[in-house]
Amino acid sequence: MRTPTGWIFGTALAVVLAAGAPPATAEEGIYVPLLTYRTGNFAGSGTPIANGMRDYLEMLNQRDGGIGGVKLIIEECETGYDTKKGVECYESTKGKNPVVHNPYSTGLTLQLIPRASVDKIPLLTMAYGLSAAADGRVFPWTFNPPLTYWDGASVFVRFVAEKEGGVDKLKGKTIGLVHLDAPFGREPIPVMEELAKRYGFNLKLYPVPAQSMQDQASTWLAIRRDRVDWIYNQGWGAMNPTAVKEAVRTNFPIDKLVGVWWAGGDDDARAGGADAKGYRTLSFHGAGTSYPAMQDILKYVYDRNLAVGDRAKVGENLYSRGVYNSALIAEAIRTAQQVTGKKVVTGEDVRRGLESMNISDDRWKEMGFEGFAAPVNISCDDHSGHNRVFIAQWDGSKFVRGSDYIEPMKDLVRPMIESAAKDYAEKNAGWPKRTEACDGRS
Amino acid sequence: MFYREAGQFKTSYYADQAIFPILQDRIGVAAILFVAFTLPLAASDFFVGSVMIPFLVFSLAAIGLNILTGYTGLISLGTGAFMGVGAYACYKLTTIFPDVPIVAHILAAGFFSAAIGVIFGLPSLRIKGFYLAVATLAAQFFLQWCFVRIPWLYNNNASGAIEVPVRTLMGIDVTGANATPMVRYYVILAIVVAMTWVASNIVHGRVGRQWMAVRDMDIAAELIGIRLLNTKLLAFAVSSFYCGVAGAVMMFLWYGGGEAADAFNINQSFNILFMVIIGGLGSLIGSFFGAAFISSFPTLLKFGLPMVGIHIGSASVEHLTHFAIGALIIAFLIVEPHGLARLWQIGKQKLRVWPFPY
Repeated sequence: MRTPTGWIFGTALAVVLAAGAPPATAEEGIYVPLLTYRTGNFAGSGTPIANGMRDYLEMLNQRDGGIGGVKLIIEECETGYDTKKGVECYESTKGKNPVVHNPYSTGLTLQLIPRASVDKIPLLTMAYGLSAAADGRVFPWTFNPPLTYWDGASVFVRFVAEKEGGVDKLKGKTIGLVHLDAPFGREPIPVMEELAKRYGFNLKLYPVPAQSMQDQASTWLAIRRDRVDWIYNQGWGAMNPTAVKEAVRTNFPIDKLVGVWWAGGDDDARAGGADAKGYRTLSFHGAGTSYPAMQDILKYVYDRNLAVGDRAKVGENLYSRGVYNSALIAEAIRTAQQVTGKKVVTGEDVRRGLESMNISDDRWKEMGFEGFAAPVNISCDDHSGHNRVFIAQWDGSKFVRGSDYIEPMKDLVRPMIESAAKDYAEKNAGWPKRTEACDGRS
Repeated sequence: MFYREAGQFKTSYYADQAIFPILQDRIGVAAILFVAFTLPLAASDFFVGSVMIPFLVFSLAAIGLNILTGYTGLISLGTGAFMGVGAYACYKLTTIFPDVPIVAHILAAGFFSAAIGVIFGLPSLRIKGFYLAVATLAAQFFLQWCFVRIPWLYNNNASGAIEVPVRTLMGIDVTGANATPMVRYYVILAIVVAMTWVASNIVHGRVGRQWMAVRDMDIAAELIGIRLLNTKLLAFAVSSFYCGVAGAVMMFLWYGGGEAADAFNINQSFNILFMVIIGGLGSLIGSFFGAAFISSFPTLLKFGLPMVGIHIGSASVEHLTHFAIGALIIAFLIVEPHGLARLWQIGKQKLRVWPFPY
C-alpha cells in the first residue's frame, strides 16, 4: 500500500478489526466451545461426533435449563481437522471464559497441552491425544478418560488370549498392527512390543501412510503373505472403511480384525458389505436409542427442530461417542458445582470437577444411561482412569456388544505412562511443576 | 494528483536506481512499517496471533518460493518439506545448544534447509517445467517420510512431534505457552522485515538479474556467460533458506510445537504455490498479497462474519469461505492473470494520471 488512500484504508481496516475483538459473554451462562469438524477429509467421522456432542448439551438446556440451573452456551467452531484452523478456533474462543476444550485431533492436542495450564482451561481429550497425559502429577490440566491408546492395545491382546484359550496359546501366533503412519497410529507400538516379548507372539507392523489411506492393496497382500492370525487396526477417517473392504476382499477372517475405538464407525463397517458381518472394534459405550437419555435427545432436540443432524443417525456408534463425550463434560461441570458451591463455574473449577469426577453405575442410571458405559473414575494422579472397555461387533446393520468388559493391563501401562510423562517434562525445559491442590474424593 | 513524480528531480545515478524512486512510495513504505510496528498496541490478541502472525509466516515462505518459481522459473512442489527441514533443524539445534538465543537458531536452521534444497535442486540442471515439479514432489514425500520415520529428528519423543521448549530473549519468553502474541509478533516482524529487505536487494542486484535471465531463456543466459549450475543452485539455496526460516518460525513462534505430518504436508506446498501464483510471480509485494489472500482472508471471513452480526452455522461458514475464495481466485485470474501484484501496479499507473487519464 504505497498510496495515501491505500494506507489510510488499511489503517482504518486494521482499527475496525482490532475494535471487533471478541466481546465478553453478556448472557449469564457456562460457555462450552466445541471444536468440531463437519468439513474436510475426516468429516465422515467428525460429523456424527459433532452432532452427538451438540445434541446432548442442547438437550440438557431444553430439559433441565442447563446444569444446576445455569444455561450452557454452546458454540461450535469448525476446525476441518486442520491444525491451523484448530488453533484459530482455540484462540477465538479462549477469551470468552470457556470451561473446557475438546480439541478432537491429536495434532491440535499436542499444541494445546502446554497452553492449557497458562490459559487455565482444562483439556478433555476423550480417549485420544497424548497417552502420557494420564499422569495428573505432570499434566494437571489435561484429561484423557476413560482410557489411553496404550490401555486399548493391552485390551486387544487380552481379548485375543481369551479367544485363543489362554495367554500361553499366544506363543508363536502372529499378530499384525495396521496403523496410520503418524504419531496417532504409532501409539500402540511400545505396548504391543512389550507384550510380544512377554507372551512370545510375533508382532508385524503394517504402516499405512496418510497419502495412501485409501489404497491398502499392498498392505493386505503382505498380511496374507505373512499369515497373520489377528490384526489390530489403529486407523482414522478414510483408512478404516478401506481396511475393512480390503480384509473382505483378501478373505481375511473378518472377526479377527479388531479396530481401535476410532475404527468403530457404522460407515466403516458398512464399507465391507454383507461380508463385514463379525468385524470387531473396541468400544467404551453402547449404541442405539433405547437409553432414556437418548430418548430425551429425540424428544427435546429433534422433536423441537433444534438439531442440525439427521434423525435416523441418532444412536449410531460415533454419534453415541459424541454423546458420551458431552456426558463427561456435563458431569465435570456438575461435579465442579458441587466441589466449589458455585453455580457459574470457571475453567479452574471444572479442572477440579474433572479430578473429582466419579461416575458410578448408579450415576449413569440417574443420567438416563443405564448400561451405556462402565463407571468412570478420575483422580488427581490418574487423569485417565484406565477404565474397562468391551469389544463391539458388527451384526450386519449395527454394532452390538461382543464381549464382557475387559480390564486394561494397568500394571504394564501405568509405569510406561509415568516414565513417558517424566520424559516429556524433562525435554520441555521449564515445564511447570504441579501447584494445583488436590480436592481428593468427595 | 497526489501520486506523481512531477517536480522530483534525480540528480545522481544512485537516486535514479533507487527501488522506490518516488517520494510518495517511500512515505507509503514508512507508513506501512509504522502501522506494522504499532499494530499490536491497538489490535486484540486474537487479531495479532491468528491473523497477523500467520500472514507474516506465509509471506516469508511465499517470498522463498517466489525467488525460485517467480524469479528463476523453476517450479517447486517441495516448499512444505523445506519448511519442515527448517523446523526440525531448529528443534535439534535448540535441544543441543539450549543457551544460544532462539532467533540465532531460527536463522541457522535456514542453512540446513538451504543445503537440502541444493541437493534436491540438482535435477533442475537437466529437467525443466512440469518434470522438475515432479522431482521436487519426490523431495516432499521423501522428507516427509523422514520426519515421521526418523525418531532422532524429534528427539525420540513419545508424542512423535516437535515439543517447543521455553526460550527467552532478553528475559522475555518468546516461545512456549507464556509467550504473548505481541512478543512473538514483534520477533517475527523483525525477521520478516529484515529478510524482505535482503531479498529485495538480491533480486534487484546482479544475482537477481541472472535468475531472471535464466527464467526468460536459459540458453540465451548461458550464451551471455551465466553459469546455469551456479545460478540455479543458488536460487534453490536462497529459496530453501527462506522457506526453512519460515518453517522454523511457524513451528516455534506461531504453532508452538506440533506434528510435522500435519504442518508440512503436500497441501502446505500447494498453498504456498497458490499464494505465489495469485499474488504475482516475480514480485515481492505479490508474495505479501498472496499470503494475505490465501491465509488471512479466510480467517477474517470466518470470524469476521459473526462479529458483524451475521450468525451462520460453523460448517456453513467454512463452506462459504471455500466458495468465496474459489470464486475470487477465478475472478482475479480472469481480470489479471499476472496476479494481484500486477493489479496493484496497474492501479498505481492509473493513479499517476488521475484525474486526467490519457
